[in-house]
Amino acid sequence: MSKAQDYQLDYLDQLESEAIHILREVAGQFERPALLFSGGKDSITLVHLALKAFRPGRFPFPLVHIDTGHNFPEALAFRDQLAASIGEKLIVRNVEDTIRTRQLTEPVGKFASRNALQTFTLLDTIEEFGFDACIGGARRDEEKARAKERIFSIRDEFGGWDPKRQRPELWNIYNGRIRKGENVRAFPISNWTELDIWNYIRREEISLPSIYFSHNREVIDFQGQWVAVSPFIRIDPTDRVETRLVRYRTVGDMTCTAAVESEASVIDDIIREIIATRTSERGETRIDDKVSEAAMEDRKKNGYF
Amino acid sequence: MDLLRFITAGSVDDGKSTLIGRLLYDSKNILTDQLEALEKQTRNKDNGEIDLALLTDGLRAEREQGITIDVAYKYFSTPKRKFIIADAPGHIQYTRNMVTGASNANLIIILVDARNGVVEQTRRHSIIASLLNIPHVVVAINKMDLVDYSQDRYNDIVIDYAEVARNLNLKDVTFLPISALKGDNIVDKSFSLPWYEGPTLLELLETVKVEQDIDLTRSRLAVQYVIRPQTEDLHDYRGYAGKIASGIYRKGDPITILPSGLTSRIKTIETGGKEVEEAFAPQSVIIQLEDDIDISRGDLLVTGDSHPIVEQEFDVLLCWMDSKKLKPGNKYFLQLGSRTVRGLVKTIDYKLDVNTLKKEPEPGEAGLNDIVKATIRTATPLPFDRYSELPANGGAILIDETSFVTVGACMLQ
Repeated sequence: MSKAQDYQLDYLDQLESEAIHILREVAGQFERPALLFSGGKDSITLVHLALKAFRPGRFPFPLVHIDTGHNFPEALAFRDQLAASIGEKLIVRNVEDTIRTRQLTEPVGKFASRNALQTFTLLDTIEEFGFDACIGGARRDEEKARAKERIFSIRDEFGGWDPKRQRPELWNIYNGRIRKGENVRAFPISNWTELDIWNYIRREEISLPSIYFSHNREVIDFQGQWVAVSPFIRIDPTDRVETRLVRYRTVGDMTCTAAVESEASVIDDIIREIIATRTSERGETRIDDKVSEAAMEDRKKNGYF
Repeated sequence: MDLLRFITAGSVDDGKSTLIGRLLYDSKNILTDQLEALEKQTRNKDNGEIDLALLTDGLRAEREQGITIDVAYKYFSTPKRKFIIADAPGHIQYTRNMVTGASNANLIIILVDARNGVVEQTRRHSIIASLLNIPHVVVAINKMDLVDYSQDRYNDIVIDYAEVARNLNLKDVTFLPISALKGDNIVDKSFSLPWYEGPTLLELLETVKVEQDIDLTRSRLAVQYVIRPQTEDLHDYRGYAGKIASGIYRKGDPITILPSGLTSRIKTIETGGKEVEEAFAPQSVIIQLEDDIDISRGDLLVTGDSHPIVEQEFDVLLCWMDSKKLKPGNKYFLQLGSRTVRGLVKTIDYKLDVNTLKKEPEPGEAGLNDIVKATIRTATPLPFDRYSELPANGGAILIDETSFVTVGACMLQ
């Protein structure tokens, strides 16, 4: 008889197994699921987990990217290359098109962000393809409202989340039954932290877009955050454009993601920096969350991912 | 490094969220921007102290009312261990959310207000801990600062609770005196509690043994999904994908498929795209069998002699979680792992009085948050284990047939 300690799973293996289980539950319970893919490290990790969950078979879902038009070109190139290399279907829908067809009003201002508008494109895409479940790479450690969301999160026909009426979710039994018009957002890496993701990326040797690593970039200083110079933000005469050695801790839109100064050019350095940092991922890099204490909760209630 | 999942429970205002805030704060797991946001929010409070509860109360309604409505998950680690905390609501109306958080916990911290002692919610949460078979119970007697750190008061509560623990058959119960607000005995030893010689809360969390919590003797694997590449070179590939709930699976092992009872042998086991000789709980795997048998989602693959029960009628302890009443004769979907069957609640045998633990026979119906014993009949045979013996294959949910809401949690007997 072998000893129990020989059969102990490291925490990363436990998290990986939990995520694979969730991915397979989505595949087993839904007719037309989709994996929402942004080109960021969390959704890249999801794709890696999906390979482990479904190979040698094919993914039972396409990758779907809601392109705001404000993405980092490096992330878009990586997206296309990844989808091609694994031979899975990639669907891209553009916020630009939704703005035109639905005559949406573009936000204005220095960092006019399409973050809120992408919800329209997402909901249209869900309707267009009849997706009944969307897999996303949200993590509960990111933000206080996310910390409250179930792994299978039921959304109403407007994509809205009602935090007061969440279904009980016991053990690892996920109830994905929905009524017509409703859909489910499923979050396989809910229980991973930022550090877990990086440790996993290191262990599994997952490749990432180059902007996650230290590089020279033209930036402006906005309230202590480094924002990349791009056609999507307004440069005022008072702004000083300078070139800094930076990397991105998260990859969102160029309008709402800030860079951090860093010389970390390999994963080990990044992990060292994250362990040493005293600022949270979103706090350091997201301009859009600071608007109000309940910014994320409000967006989720309106159908945001 | 291993992982401990724990839940904090207790009555409203017993200080659960403050305790978690304190644990994160004193173990240096709060980041500066989160702390700044906290300070900003607390600035207009009367006493000027940082309100650590605001760290976990993430919903607008929770901050407005100063209560926890739904479970918030928090993550922290020390050099010894990684922790996932479920911060559960104390209000009786949100018990179902507490059950959600408790179902995956290895350990429960039950907070007791030193001034009030053991109250109804203490008992209710202890019953849930017992129902769900949470392996480790820590009773943290909080707000010791408000009873002058009195050892007598502490001992009185320990005696009271020991009675509850005995009645509920709780295993591995540990007591400790704390003040979450002042930080006594959370991470650092307290000078105000010189008479207490045991470990601090964090020391306890870091050292509690979790290896035995997973059963490695009885093999249970429910098929979630069948992988069939249908390519030229993998024409005959048929992989049964699932997460091992308990036990160990080895290449060559004889397999019984339930409920059909058909048998075969394990041809290959793959995990993470690699073939392996053996795999164990809680790994996610793909298994191929020697024979071509009809197997689909929800079927259970078992090895060895200790087979689960396969029955169409069985007793359950049931926590009812819906405002619509449960009545004998009602039909639901019953989901156990990846298997869903239709089920009829035949009888409600008794209802548990949360305060006295007395069994009220044939209550006729069950309402929100009631705990009852019921008999369920399913449309097809269900392979399961007794929850008290093997929780990984003994817990099921009931789903309303029209709203599709999860309405009940069943511990099969």
